[in-house]
Amino acid sequence: MKFTLKIWRQKNAKAKGRFETYQVEGISPDTSFLEMLDILNEKLVREGKEPVAFDHDCREGICGMCSLYVNGRAHGPDDDVTTCQLHCRKFHDGDTITIEPWRSAAFPVIKDLVVNRGAFDQILQAGGFINIGGIVPDANAIPISKVDADESMDAAACIGCGACVATCKNGSAMLFVAARVSSLAKLPQGRVEAARRAKAMVAKMDELGFGACSNTQACEAECPKGVSIAHIARLNREFLLAKVQD
Amino acid sequence: MFLLVFVALHLALNLAAVVSADLYRQACEFMDTNILVKIMVPVLALGFIVHILFSIFVEFKNWTGRPAEMRYAVPCKTKVSSWASKNMFVLGVIVVLFLVLHFTHFWMHMQLQSFLGKEGTDPYQLVVNTFSNPVICVLYIVWFAAIYFHISHGFWSAFQSIGLNNSKWLPRLQFLAKLYAICVFLGFTLIPVYFLCCKCCCCAGSC
Repeated sequence: MKFTLKIWRQKNAKAKGRFETYQVEGISPDTSFLEMLDILNEKLVREGKEPVAFDHDCREGICGMCSLYVNGRAHGPDDDVTTCQLHCRKFHDGDTITIEPWRSAAFPVIKDLVVNRGAFDQILQAGGFINIGGIVPDANAIPISKVDADESMDAAACIGCGACVATCKNGSAMLFVAARVSSLAKLPQGRVEAARRAKAMVAKMDELGFGACSNTQACEAECPKGVSIAHIARLNREFLLAKVQD
Repeated sequence: MFLLVFVALHLALNLAAVVSADLYRQACEFMDTNILVKIMVPVLALGFIVHILFSIFVEFKNWTGRPAEMRYAVPCKTKVSSWASKNMFVLGVIVVLFLVLHFTHFWMHMQLQSFLGKEGTDPYQLVVNTFSNPVICVLYIVWFAAIYFHISHGFWSAFQSIGLNNSKWLPRLQFLAKLYAICVFLGFTLIPVYFLCCKCCCCAGSC
């Protein structure tokens, strides 16, 4: 397959970025999207040019590192997959593919297609944990209903890639925060600090410059793990109850 | 949600004008004299103001969440978002602008006069006169269309925002939102259409 790639190039966080166009040829339809970028980078290195910087790690759809906005969609044209699981067969031979970094005030570009998602870490540090002191009871000794455990696991499937923020027209991180709050709120261990967690994580999210949720459902559609906006409703519930308790 | 209840009540009272002139006058008289209504009017006004101010605040926050210089070169191709959900602020501005027009047509001649202790215009005659103008009727129907889109998203979104939603109830609430918005649109549209048609029939009769 042959593609024309329009890729966002930006030297560093302060530099002004621009699109550059590259040609890649002889790509197998079964090549993954990131492998195709690897092939491009090898070509650029051979030509003595700067390779394209992009985030990647496990390449198994688990780590949440890959973060490309491909042809107007976070993680590209396939559903329920991360960019690393996207394959070239999802495109047509001769296609022009536009590749952009995640765009959000809270995710500044570091270089080319790499953005700083440290804001997510700060939100987690604000309350995305369980802080039980003393003797910790064995998890299997606490009875948890199957429904609650399943809902908690569905929320915990979030890999923190930031596709929700990248897709939301407001650059909102509500689905990410909701997934963290919801996965803990549905378990007895997480209930202890549920009120404080919801308030602290929402406050940190607001402080870091993410937009607000206007319920367009775009985040849910582009989430590679299919995290539902029902978790956002739970976050709103937890947050309002915590505020009322104040 | 409070505003959604108000819209339903407003529609029910307005439809009285289609049933009979006397019923509409009685409904207006009730609204003008009932103590609970008198208490709720400022609460409603406050509700509207809070709704508008909060919307402006949230919209500004959302603009800063992804500023203009950070927009994507290729516009978002995610298809699930409804047109209304992406344009709630614009729809809200349209609703408020037409609301000003609506106030000049009715509120200034009815509630304001009553508040000032003056004799207001006959409410039924006011409706007949206002909707005898086809241009005004079209403007009102455009307004009702904006309200339809605003409510079709705002209804279920209100439940979601206060946490009264889950995976089971999401499709139900979205269906109810569409149903409620359609009822509001058709109900309100019936009124100008009815009075305009009445006028046409009267003209045809006199001719």
